[in-house]
Amino acid sequence: MKSTAHGFKENARNALQDTQLRDALSVVGTNFIVKRRLAADALPEFETLRDEATAIKNRTLNELDLHLERFERKVVEHGGVVHWCIDAAAARETVLSICRSVNAKTVTKGKSMLGEEIGINPFLEANNIRPIETDLGEYIIQLADEPPSHIIAPAVHKTKSQIADLFEKHHKRPRSMDGEALVAEARAMLRQSYFDADVGITGANFLVAETGSSVIVTNEGNGDLTQTLPKIHIVLASIEKLVPTFEDMATILRVLARSATGQQMSVYTTVSTGARRAEDPDGPEQYHVVLIDQGRSAMLGTELQDLLRCIRCGACMNHCPIYHAVGGHAYGWVYPGPIGAALDPALLGVAEAHHLPNASTFCGRCEEVCPMRIPLPKIMRHWRERAFEDDIQPVMQRTAIRWWAFLARRPFLYRANTRLAMWLLHALGKTRGRFKSLPFAGGWTAGRDLPAPQGGTFHAQWAAKGGRTK
Amino acid sequence: MNARDRILGNVRSSLKRGEPDAAARAAYDARFDTHKRNTVPAHAKLPHADLVARFIVEAKAVGASVTQLADAGAIADEVAAYLREKNLPARIRVAPSLSGLHWGDPALLDVEHGKAEPSDTATLTRALAGVAETGTLVLTSGPATPTTLNFLPDANLVVLTEDEIVGAYEDAWDRVRGLGATPRAVNFVTGPSRTADIAQELILGAHGPIDLHIILLAKG
Repeated sequence: MKSTAHGFKENARNALQDTQLRDALSVVGTNFIVKRRLAADALPEFETLRDEATAIKNRTLNELDLHLERFERKVVEHGGVVHWCIDAAAARETVLSICRSVNAKTVTKGKSMLGEEIGINPFLEANNIRPIETDLGEYIIQLADEPPSHIIAPAVHKTKSQIADLFEKHHKRPRSMDGEALVAEARAMLRQSYFDADVGITGANFLVAETGSSVIVTNEGNGDLTQTLPKIHIVLASIEKLVPTFEDMATILRVLARSATGQQMSVYTTVSTGARRAEDPDGPEQYHVVLIDQGRSAMLGTELQDLLRCIRCGACMNHCPIYHAVGGHAYGWVYPGPIGAALDPALLGVAEAHHLPNASTFCGRCEEVCPMRIPLPKIMRHWRERAFEDDIQPVMQRTAIRWWAFLARRPFLYRANTRLAMWLLHALGKTRGRFKSLPFAGGWTAGRDLPAPQGGTFHAQWAAKGGRTK
Repeated sequence: MNARDRILGNVRSSLKRGEPDAAARAAYDARFDTHKRNTVPAHAKLPHADLVARFIVEAKAVGASVTQLADAGAIADEVAAYLREKNLPARIRVAPSLSGLHWGDPALLDVEHGKAEPSDTATLTRALAGVAETGTLVLTSGPATPTTLNFLPDANLVVLTEDEIVGAYEDAWDRVRGLGATPRAVNFVTGPSRTADIAQELILGAHGPIDLHIILLAKG
């Protein structure tokens, strides 16, 4: 997917003025948060399980080479094939060559964020193979020709009325505003695609080293139809998806759905191991795992390794005040919200994505709810420092930060300056008690007034009260 | 260098690990024989009668329906009654593992065996286990229980016996391992298909079965 992350500021400004988007997003901040809270509270072991899930993934990443080797060996033992791909381009070519081996015309697809990351759909289309998204949310945005705006609810930015319009236009049926009727319509429209497709492509929530299995976790059942009915099942998975055993997967599953949708368990957790057996009446004849590095191995052993624990539940964005305000598209790339702000600079480069780690109030809710305890604010801070070191921010901002650093390291000068500034602002703002505009602070006063200081600086007041708070 | 060696090489150099020797590899593989468990929630470790009760409550909570029968002799009548109640055609696709069922004379329903076909409106299959902690069915692929039965129809009916109900996912994995070879597909199914992709409104029956009916037998 082509990034517009460098345009975050403009993207965000446009998003804030989009009233339909405001409507659509209004439920995110309530619905997901309440459901997660209830699910977490209903399981006394929830916090223990988060700790264990985090530890499992840390251990796994620290010996990822062994897990990858065993995974491949087990896939082959079960009649499957593993295709190692260093980057997105290699992965696209691999998928294409598998599709061409059966002269595929159409390909059904389960939801895959990695598929978005490597841009598989436009690539297949350019090669005259039609990809059909079967997850309802993905199907909606494919009709709208838009990227997903959320990692588990790709069409969360669309209102029901917008979806009704899209269906009317593409299905040529009378417009309905009834949720059940819309779902039934999509179900009917997509049904035949599953039988017609030559290849089914899914992502993977987990790869299990124990048996060489790939696992998808879904609610709709589309992923299962996608991977069961065509001749060929292709799994797109990045190397950090490994877990050692089914016991380890069970622990992570217990925090995954609860963190994501507030369900105890998603409807379908499907474990696939190899191709159809000789005696099996159904299932794919070929099973291919396209195993993609795409920047992951370089994150191991660095301060970014924590990001590789991510299980893509979406809890961080569901709890993010910035995401609630601007939605997912403003971030400009595959992964929005706090995980995107921390991960996108690693995958796109800090020059492209340096705005994203600044799109945060550092309220810390993302880290608080992350089932895998990823220190998201810390990683965003890392990227802010990197952007400063790499000379990426505008001169004005860099100069201001330099001046502040100069003063902050010289307490006497700092106090003298803040005293002077407070006195000046107090004197100037005395009549109105606030400023409608201020030089050098236009970014602030454009959106709201700045209250005028009422008295001395914090330091002065602290000293006057001898450290007492009252 | 091929992509495999490059990726493994990059992983090892990032982790500052050398290539493991034969002893390290053998020790690593040996770990998979222990099936060591992490914390299992207390609600999955109850006496068996309580697990059965929990399974029923949790399955109903996620929108499945559950009927308890004494034994397999009552299945045919139950299926016929269910299809009538749901206003579905009087025909059913049945898993070969249930080919021993007696459907009455003359037969109550149009019964065919095998994998699911596109026109099938209802299917009847057999679960390997039920997981009490979340009311989850565990279904495995194979000639006797084709996977398409679980996903294609409007209504999926599943037979399970009480002694097949276990507490935790880990217990279910022990049962799967008890089969010997790992089946191509192991499906953990928790309620009927659903979506919230249209304006966050929860709607049942997205692409998989709209109805999931569990027929729980007191004995097999």
